Amino acid sequence: VTAPSLVAVDPGPLSTLQDLGRRGYQRFGVSTAGAMVPWLMQLANRLAGNPPSMAAVELTLSGGLWRVEGGPIRLAVGGAFPLAIDGHPVASWQAHVLEPGQRIEIGSGGALYGYLAATGGFAVEPTLGSASTHVRSRLGGIDGGAIRSGQALRLRTDEHPTGPNLSLDPSRVPQPPPVFRVVLGPQDDYFTRAGLDALLDGEYTVTPDVDRMGYRLVGPPIGHSRGHNIISDGIAPGSIQVPGSGQPIVLMADRQTTGGYPKIATVISVDLGFLAQRRPGDRVRFSAVDLSQAADARGEFRRALERLDVSLAPARSIADLSSSALLGVNLIDGVVDGRHTLVE
Amino acid sequence: LLAGDTAVTVELGDDVDEALNRRVVALDDAIAAAQWPGVVETVPTYRSIQIHYDPDVLDPATLFRRLEELFDRPLSEETPGRIWTVPVCYGGDNGIDLEAVATRVGLAAEDVIRLHSAPIYRIFAIGFAPGFAYLGGLDPRLHLPRLDSPRLKTPARTISIGGRQAAITSIEAPSGWHLLGRTPVHPFDLRRSEPFLFRAGDRVRFRRIEAADFARLSALAAEGGYMPECLDP
Repeated sequence: VTAPSLVAVDPGPLSTLQDLGRRGYQRFGVSTAGAMVPWLMQLANRLAGNPPSMAAVELTLSGGLWRVEGGPIRLAVGGAFPLAIDGHPVASWQAHVLEPGQRIEIGSGGALYGYLAATGGFAVEPTLGSASTHVRSRLGGIDGGAIRSGQALRLRTDEHPTGPNLSLDPSRVPQPPPVFRVVLGPQDDYFTRAGLDALLDGEYTVTPDVDRMGYRLVGPPIGHSRGHNIISDGIAPGSIQVPGSGQPIVLMADRQTTGGYPKIATVISVDLGFLAQRRPGDRVRFSAVDLSQAADARGEFRRALERLDVSLAPARSIADLSSSALLGVNLIDGVVDGRHTLVE
Repeated sequence: LLAGDTAVTVELGDDVDEALNRRVVALDDAIAAAQWPGVVETVPTYRSIQIHYDPDVLDPATLFRRLEELFDRPLSEETPGRIWTVPVCYGGDNGIDLEAVATRVGLAAEDVIRLHSAPIYRIFAIGFAPGFAYLGGLDPRLHLPRLDSPRLKTPARTISIGGRQAAITSIEAPSGWHLLGRTPVHPFDLRRSEPFLFRAGDRVRFRRIEAADFARLSALAAEGGYMPECLDP
């Protein structure tokens, strides 16, 4: 018996395998890569019933079309992406079992990134401890590249998915902050007072120049006080680098490990995934926080995710309360009338 | 210096300087030896170390206190680095900027090769791309600003110079540096048990080879059957 496969009929604009990133090799020049929105990847895994850090397919803008082969597969998409199985719309934020030959179409929602997880996980050999794809250095994923049309992702397991499909209440999914919070530094002393004010008071627009490496923004120019060259040093996720143009670049998962432009501030960890979801043309603002405020923000976000986990109730609990008929009917009908929140 | 809520940058100076870089390597060794829970990884560079940490395990105040305690103690000398002999095929298709560099610094191409292959360089840092080695010790007569407009693609395993620095590159990458030659050595090869050849603190000297040797050694290296000479003190 061989494990079933998920075949990319059309992988959409950019689909790559990602986990939480490659850690421990930045000292050798290896970028971490990893999910652009880590919590959303973890949520997709929870919906699929997987350990949260398992590798999933990161979808960009729209998720394309996928076909199941060799056995049934349970799939879950993290993100507000419209789903259809064999042309019939099905609920988002819920896992679905597809039989061999069935196809799932993942449309375009409001977000930039979403995650496609399969129960049991994809069989991918880790490279330097991680499955994350870093296309620039051809590391991870499948042969270091994005998923191509016709490519088959084999599952780790040949066990058929059993038990109910998990779902969650979309209204409880954490929402982006109104203003992106940053911690000033490490090189805020390379900028004029007016430059710092520009970053914190100004409004910036996301340019079309966004990818997994960095997001170029345009807005009030940020003035340097001591030139725009530093001796190359390490770059943290969310670093806001300001080259000579004075226009900021927020460095993301695929960022290079070291760089020689001064970094005025760093987006805090809980806000970075939300910033990653901004699309070209979106406007963003920044505000400065200290480490204790950043810690509070992490705590608050963790509690929001925990509340979400409570609502990650298996459909079985509903069935237990009423009947198996309800399970069948509600799962399907709920989609149509919007009551598909099988929670509490 | 704060680098968000999951990293700090410890800056020991603001210079490209061997003594400073020795302290970086020694401090990085000390942090590794201390094995503080919550430290995810460290990234030593020329004059600073970036420490990535999990703030839910390691409170930043605790991290800062421990770092200060470490500063108060004398650091042990860094472990002496290995000395690598890296063969280079200079000029021609392998070093497309050799002639231009010679013209700009007012020397013959032969002199550029001689000056470039004379010193024993120190690897100050690995960064930018997997296995990419930043070298210090370039003869001042070869200091040249980077190209005005960087090339979007340069070949793997080039020997290049930029500003006061020299480099051994590992994979195809964009670059604004001047390309003097290529080496058959693979600084990064996943087939090896140790994929990364060089470490910060290692030393490198260049040995000139001819095109025929470059082709022969490159073919060997492509099969994983070639390693450069290395003195391990």
